[in-house]
Amino acid sequence: MSSTTLSVSKISVRNLTIRYGSFTALSDVSLEIPPNQVFGIIGPANSGKTSFLNAINRMDMMRSNMQVTGSVHFNGVDVRSWRNVYALRSKIGVVFPLPVGLPLSIYDNVALSPRLRGLTDKTQIDEIVERSLRRAALWDEVKDRLTSLGSLLSGGQQQRLTIARALSQDPEVLMLDEFSIAVDPVTTMRIEDVLKELKQQMTVILVTNLVQQANRLADQTAFFLDGRCVEVGETRALFDGQVRDQRTNDYIEGRFG
Amino acid sequence: MHPAATIDTNRFGAEAINLKNAQVQKLVMILLGIMATVLVIPVVMIVITLIQRGGPAISWAFLTTFPSNGMTAGGIFPALLGTVWLVAISLLASVPLGVAAAIYLSEYAPQDHWLTRVINLATINLAGVPSIVHALFGLGAFVAFFHLGTSILAASLTLAVMTLPVVIVASWESLQSVPQAFREACWNMGATRWQTIWHVVLPNALTGILTGIILQVSRAAGETAPIMFTGAAFFLPHLPSGVMDQTMALALHLFTISTQVPGVPDEIPFGVALVLFGIVLVVNTFSIWLRMYLRSKKKW
Ligand SMILES: Nc1ncnc2c1ncn2[C@@H]1O[C@H](COP(=O)(O)OP(=O)(O)O)[C@@H](O)[C@H]1O
Ligand SMILES: [Mg+2]
Repeated sequence: MSSTTLSVSKISVRNLTIRYGSFTALSDVSLEIPPNQVFGIIGPANSGKTSFLNAINRMDMMRSNMQVTGSVHFNGVDVRSWRNVYALRSKIGVVFPLPVGLPLSIYDNVALSPRLRGLTDKTQIDEIVERSLRRAALWDEVKDRLTSLGSLLSGGQQQRLTIARALSQDPEVLMLDEFSIAVDPVTTMRIEDVLKELKQQMTVILVTNLVQQANRLADQTAFFLDGRCVEVGETRALFDGQVRDQRTNDYIEGRFG
Repeated sequence: MHPAATIDTNRFGAEAINLKNAQVQKLVMILLGIMATVLVIPVVMIVITLIQRGGPAISWAFLTTFPSNGMTAGGIFPALLGTVWLVAISLLASVPLGVAAAIYLSEYAPQDHWLTRVINLATINLAGVPSIVHALFGLGAFVAFFHLGTSILAASLTLAVMTLPVVIVASWESLQSVPQAFREACWNMGATRWQTIWHVVLPNALTGILTGIILQVSRAAGETAPIMFTGAAFFLPHLPSGVMDQTMALALHLFTISTQVPGVPDEIPFGVALVLFGIVLVVNTFSIWLRMYLRSKKKW
């Protein structure tokens, strides 16, 4: 059974358990993330959503107290058997809740990742920077001031800058962790439009604190609660009330959060 | 609650409190101002004394000639040059080692490991050890054990041991002040730890590291104890010909001519003190300027 599911899934998670010391942040999560979809993850704070994302791109290596058991397969290969974890991470773009504008110019923010990969050709980097900024719907606003500091942009622009930075990696998967927390509604809508475009070319994992955002964007949605994946299903169905667990319905309807 | 009425009285109440706060604020400001001024008084008096009594000694010849007549006349050239050598070589040893150690402790060492904590604690304590203890360590380690004899090298290394912990602590603190989110962002895009350090962490910690280092210049130039047993001589008729020779040094020269040599005219020790003070002043001013300059270019 495994070989067939592995080949259709972009990311395949089996019995994933994440502990910080003796505290279990996520237990026994299994789910399949198909390619070229937006996969939504909803759930209240501390339900283990961010930990889940960290396990996918092996950020547990950078945290001494984080232990991961179970498996995550990326393109059918266990992420723990990737010899070059940096190559794995560069295939997965990450966007954080609060925009992290690195203390570099707008241009250098986006050029950093290609440069880290060893690209030195100026015209090639120029091209990547422009294309990434265009895809993140930021190009028109910043094209005349590429050399000014990224951290001087507004919150919404900075978040699009981090999306452009993630896109400069030419990722196969884009993971967004509650990207709209510090972003105004208009920008949120623009980014949502961007994501709808992007899923043609990549797999998007969208962790969101806004239930309706999952409803608008996600093809499938998982509901995390207290370190468990309570439910995974077609977003349409879940929001139509076809749930296996009543708590999913209660959360979607806003009865707790 | 009585809506409209309370709002008005509250407003007056708040104003009364503000008035009292303003008075306290004024009082605190005056008190702090007095304390700050008191602090300035000794500095100003030292400067005035040094300039009044040492100023007449200062001349180009004073800086560029040897002492003469049993150090009761002449200049301070060999001592000045010796101090420059001692400070330069000591920093050459302590800066690369100290910055590397700080990078390791801040960026690589497991932060919650007991050994990391012990090393951090040891470094901080070492920074507070009196210089005479470093002097004895240098005597035992460099002069005797490594057979360097009393030499510029032994004295410089002793100064390096003295400045090393401070360089480490200052660099560590500047590295730690770089937001963790920057590192996370780099790691997540597939950067190695070293790439992250080189491209993002170090450029943003540079200000603090540099100021920490520069302040050690004046500290190393001013110390007498660490060099006295390890490589600095009271008087030498020639310039040293290499790092294995002894040298004269300003701080020790000042000590010698003010306590060990009879019949030195007053203006010479004050002149030496003025030169030493001038070096410290120039170095510290430069470091403050550098810090302000780099901070004005700070990017977050
Ligand atoms: N580095 C860490 N060390 C210890 N506990 C952590 C760490 N990171 C997260 N946790 C804990 O794990 C649980 C899940 O956190 P997280 O994955 O951030 O949830 P979410 O993103 O859904 O808010 C929380 O209780 C949190 O306190
Ligand atoms: Mg989170």
